[in-house]
This record gives sequence, structure tokens and C-alpha cells, in this order.
Amino acid sequence: MDNEYIISLVDQGKRLDGRKFDQHREISIETSISKNSEGSARCKMGNTEVLVGVKMDVGTPYPDSPDEGSIVVTTELSPIASPDFELGPPGVEATEIARIVDRGIRESKAVDFKKLCIKSREKCWVFFIDIYPMNDDGNLIDASALGALAALKNTRFTKLENDKPVFGEFTNEKVELDKLPITFTFVKIGKGILVDPHTREEKAAEARLSVAVYNGKIHAMQKGGSKGFTESEIEMMLDLAIKKEKDLKKVIEKAK
Amino acid sequence: MSKLIVEERNVVVPGEKLATGMEYLPGNGSFREGEDIYSSQLGLVNVSGRFVKVIPLTGKYNPREGDIIIGKITDVSFGMWLVDVGCAYFACLNVREVPEFIDKGADLSNYYDFNETVIAQVIKVVRSKDINLTLKGQGLRKIKGGKIIEVTPSKVPRIIGKQGSMISMVKEYTKCNIVVGQNGKIWIKGENVEDEVRATEIILKIENESHTHGLTDTIKKALEEGTKNGL
Amino acid sequence: MVYSKREDGRKFDELRKISAKVGIIKRADGSARFQIGDTIAIAAVYGPRELHPKFLQDPEKAVLRCNYDMASFSVTERKKPGPSRRSTEISLVTEKALASVVELDLFPNTAIDVFIQIIQANAGTRCAGICAAAMALAHAGIPMKDMVAAISVGKVGDKIVIDLDKEEEDFEEGATDIPVALTARNKEVTLLQLDGEVSKDELMQAIKLARKGCEEIHNVQIEALKEIYKEDKNGQ
Repeated sequence: MDNEYIISLVDQGKRLDGRKFDQHREISIETSISKNSEGSARCKMGNTEVLVGVKMDVGTPYPDSPDEGSIVVTTELSPIASPDFELGPPGVEATEIARIVDRGIRESKAVDFKKLCIKSREKCWVFFIDIYPMNDDGNLIDASALGALAALKNTRFTKLENDKPVFGEFTNEKVELDKLPITFTFVKIGKGILVDPHTREEKAAEARLSVAVYNGKIHAMQKGGSKGFTESEIEMMLDLAIKKEKDLKKVIEKAK
Repeated sequence: MSKLIVEERNVVVPGEKLATGMEYLPGNGSFREGEDIYSSQLGLVNVSGRFVKVIPLTGKYNPREGDIIIGKITDVSFGMWLVDVGCAYFACLNVREVPEFIDKGADLSNYYDFNETVIAQVIKVVRSKDINLTLKGQGLRKIKGGKIIEVTPSKVPRIIGKQGSMISMVKEYTKCNIVVGQNGKIWIKGENVEDEVRATEIILKIENESHTHGLTDTIKKALEEGTKNGL
Repeated sequence: MVYSKREDGRKFDELRKISAKVGIIKRADGSARFQIGDTIAIAAVYGPRELHPKFLQDPEKAVLRCNYDMASFSVTERKKPGPSRRSTEISLVTEKALASVVELDLFPNTAIDVFIQIIQANAGTRCAGICAAAMALAHAGIPMKDMVAAISVGKVGDKIVIDLDKEEEDFEEGATDIPVALTARNKEVTLLQLDGEVSKDELMQAIKLARKGCEEIHNVQIEALKEIYKEDKNGQ
């Protein structure tokens, strides 16, 4: 009954919680939530809540990019956050969230990987961005992407001694983030396109599109769901993401 | 020498001593150990006669006979349906407890199918495990359309109000049809979604502010203001 | 070997600062956060709920399943996400620390799931997890004969101390860590582990110290649990 009801609502141009199709839930960000991490943040979208922590280590640059460091994003969909999640290694859903977040940051060049190089071909910083949802009320993708960005903004470097990290000791040097890519996830329900879906809308959705935008340019996309979008639908979502970019940017700009 | 250690409506935690002596008897949410009675739940003390009970205000729904509940069909089995009513066990709806006459061997899912929602009544509870439901009775049925919201089951009495005064008021102002299940599931159906959203907001407001003084007035005001603003 | 003064200025029998809050995860049936010093544990309870597949069910009682996990960023050097031998063992001892007080026989064939997440670690995480889990169980309305609190005690240098922090655990000249859980009413020891070396007398002395610490923790747990009811009570 639930899906049918949500579909019939959307047909009438309406949503379960009274929001407009292009309206987000209330977003709040809190940083420095875990002391031992290099950076951390809590991001809430309505009742959805994710914790993100950044840890650093020193690694070896990839042979094809000898002057660059790298990032590794993981998501743990722990059953703490939802009765629908189960214990076990990250499944398809968790991996997809991590990949979308990873590509949004990577492709927009939010972090200049060149600045993470310590010694060409030998040593570079590796950032581990780990995402832990605490309450799943839908749209974990956008909450995770925003949380990851806030955690990165909050990140200070670990102390280096003879090119070796001294874990637990931090410098005052913060990670430079001059680009702030914002990820928007849309779902298609019936003929309607909705932003920031909550759980019940996600269940009723037939298609999903996530878009990471920075400065009006598109940097990463991911289509999900079993049905397709028309070209005009895609155009409409892109327009909306580009239009809403600055609103969400304000939220993330405040995070320290 | 029997003695009550706590007072009516005291908040107690598991393991807290409630009474001493054999004159008092443990009720729901409490147990005896030696001479003493202890709480086994987080909740409010309720003394009725010799019985000392603890009424929990959090956690899952605890079914009682006579309760009207809203549940979802989770399984269609031989001669019965299993219904998720939000407690530890699925409730059972026997084929004899529905108003329709169903031929032997008929496919039960043609009548009530997986994932459909029903307003039912609890007719029997055996040690809170075997829960039996009926659909025979006024207002009991499968529901179509509208939406379901969830509140903490312990807040249901506040949402209903004295003799249903609170919920009647919400229905009147929002023009919605509302059924409040004792299990904390509430069905709302209005002429349009704005009305339903408004009813939802008001009900969640009652839930959140259920402890405040003058709740009825607060809610009335909120409803009146909403009407004034053309909502 | 002489340990004359604690780095953070605490007395040898003094706990770090404790705080607790109940009802922090909306989707869970019960939840709690417990902080002691710089260690923060979050616990959520789901259940009792029908347990599938059926062969996992116990027709006599509910199955209590605890899962302890440390967030990768909770420690100074990143911990690889996911379970480890250490977390598997801690999950097990957590289950045993709590099982005796939960009235599992009331809910045969069901599961009561407890998920513990450490989001910031500075020693004593398993004990903090148990403290949070006991509160989350009570918050979930699950009948319990008693509450459980846990604290680590031990020997640092030549002193018996309570609530070791990370520096003390790593004390160069040797530290013995003894996590202890106690039921609040009957003072039964439901968790007891030890790594290091102590004499019998020292161990008994340490357990006495744990008992005192657990009483203090128990009071914080009660206060946090009653906090969510305060409003209800005043309103009536």
C-alpha cells in the first residue's frame, strides 16, 4: 500500500511530508566529533544522520601519478542505523555510496592530490574517509557526501617526523579545500522527480540519479534503479542541481 | 512489616526496589526476590490494591485484549494471515475472523494480501506471545489510501485524549479521517495531501509535547492558526 | 616501578568525567550514548524481534546478540573497518556481561540485537560499550532484573587504579588491565578479564575498587534513563 500511496501522491504533485519536489529536509553539520581522527563531522538531513571520520597514513604514490597522494572512501552500513541493515562486509549498497562520494571529491578536484605528495615516487599522504550512518531515514548518499566534505574541511595533518607519521599528534596545517562539490540525489516516482528522498520514497522509486556539481559544472554522476530517465528529465535534474548548488554550499561553508 | 518504598507515578529503573514484605504482590513490570519486589522495567510505578506494577513508556508495543491496532500482513499461511503489529511476535488473523466467507482451499491472498494494511482488534493474547486478531467488528477492515505514521505506543492515550477529545479536535480541524491504533500506528486520510500533512504535524506535535501543561489549548491554538493561514 | 602521580591529576580511585544520554537513534527500539573521559560509546537495541532463519531460534528464550565495533577513526592510527578477532571476542564477553540480567525467557524464538559503536577511543571501550548497551536495553523496554555497569581497573606501576586511560594502559614499566562488569543490585561480577600480572590480594582490591566505580556509573545511568521521563512526570 505504501508504494502505491506514494506514487499517487506524486501524481498529484505532492510528497509524504509536505515538501516540494525540489526541497531538501533541514540540514545540519557539526564538526570535530571524534578527537583521535584528523577530521570528523556529523551530518544530519532530517532524521538521517551520518558520522564521517578522516584518518591519514603515509603510502607510496601510484606509478602513473608519482607526484600525487590519494583518498580511500569506505562506508559501513551498520545495523545500528536501520533494521534493514545486516552485519557483514560492505555490500553493494555500501560500496556504491562510498564510490559516489569518492568520485565527487576526486573528479571535482576538491582536494589537490599534488599537495599530498611528500616525496615524488616515494611517499605521499593517503586520506581514509570512513562513513558510518547512525540513523537511516533516506538519502544516505547526499548526507555522506556532505559529511565527507565537512570532515575534510575539519581535517588537520598528522605530524611527520623523518617522513614518517606520528599518529595521535597533529600539526596546525589544515587540508585545503577550495572546491566544494555538492552531491544531489534525485528519484523518479511515477512521473515525478524528487530531490533528497526519504526511506519510503526510496522504496517507491523506480530510478535514481546522483549528481555532483561544483561551480555549475558536473563532476560525477551515478544512475541507479531499474528504470530509465528521459533526456528532458535528466536536463531538468541537472538544472535543479546547478540552481541549488549555492544553497547547500552555504551550509558546508559554515563548517570548520 | 510490608512497606511501599516508591510512590505512585515514580520513575523507576530495572532492579530498583519498589516494596518490601509479602502484603504486596508483583504485577506487570515487576518481580519478587525474597521479601522484596523490584522493577524489571524502566517506567512509571502504578499501585492498584496489593499489586505494584511498572508501566513502561518506551520500547515495543505490548498487546492487550480489546486493543484496536493497525498492522501489516507479512505472510499468508494455511488458514490464516500473519500480521506485523509492531511487537516482538507476529499476530495471527485466522480465516474465521474475517467478515468474508472464504471457501476451503481458496487463495487467501485474494482477500488480504502480503503488505496490505488492516485495522484489527486484538481478541486474545497468551503470555504476550500468541496474539490473535479479528476483523469482525465495526470499523475493522483493510485500509486503502491515506498514510500511516508511527508514534511511541505509550503516547497513544495523549493523542486520543479524554473520551477521544484530542483526536476529535484534530479530525474536525484537518477534515481528515484518522484511526489511532493502540500500537502507535496511525492512519490518516484526508481529501488532499495538505490536510494529511497538517494532521501529521499536529499529531507529532502532540507526541513531542505530550508532557506539557495545557496541551489541549496549545493544540487548539495551532489548529486554529493553521486554519486562519489557509492551511 | 613506582607510579606516584596520575598524569591527568586524578586520584588513584577517581573516575574520569562521565556523561550519558538515552534515545539518540530514532529508528532503534532503544539507544544510548555513554562517555567516560575521551571514550565515547553508542549503543542501539533492536528487538525483541522474530529471528530468522528459524534454526537460529531458541524455543526456550530470546537470543541476545551483541556486536561491538570500533569506528576506523576512533583511534589514533586508523583501524581497518569491519570485524576483527578482538571485536569478535569483545562482542562475546559483552553478551555474557549482559545476558544474566535480561529476562530472555519472556521472549522465546526471538532475537534481541545490541549494536555498539565506539566513535572515540581512549581506553576502556568495552566497558563503556557495556554501560551504553545496558541503558539502551532498559530504554527499549526490555524486562531486566538489574542494571549492569562496567569499568576497567588495574595496576599501573605499583598502584591499583581505576579507569585506566590510554597512557596508563601503555605505562612503560608495566600495566595490568582488568575490565569488570557488575550488576547494580546483587553486585555480581558478569565480566572479568585480565591482561598482565597481579597478586590475588591486588586483584581482590581492584575488584573492590571496581565496585565503587560501578556504583558511581550506575547513578549516572539511572539519571540519564529517568531524564527522558522527567517531562512526562511533570506534565501529569
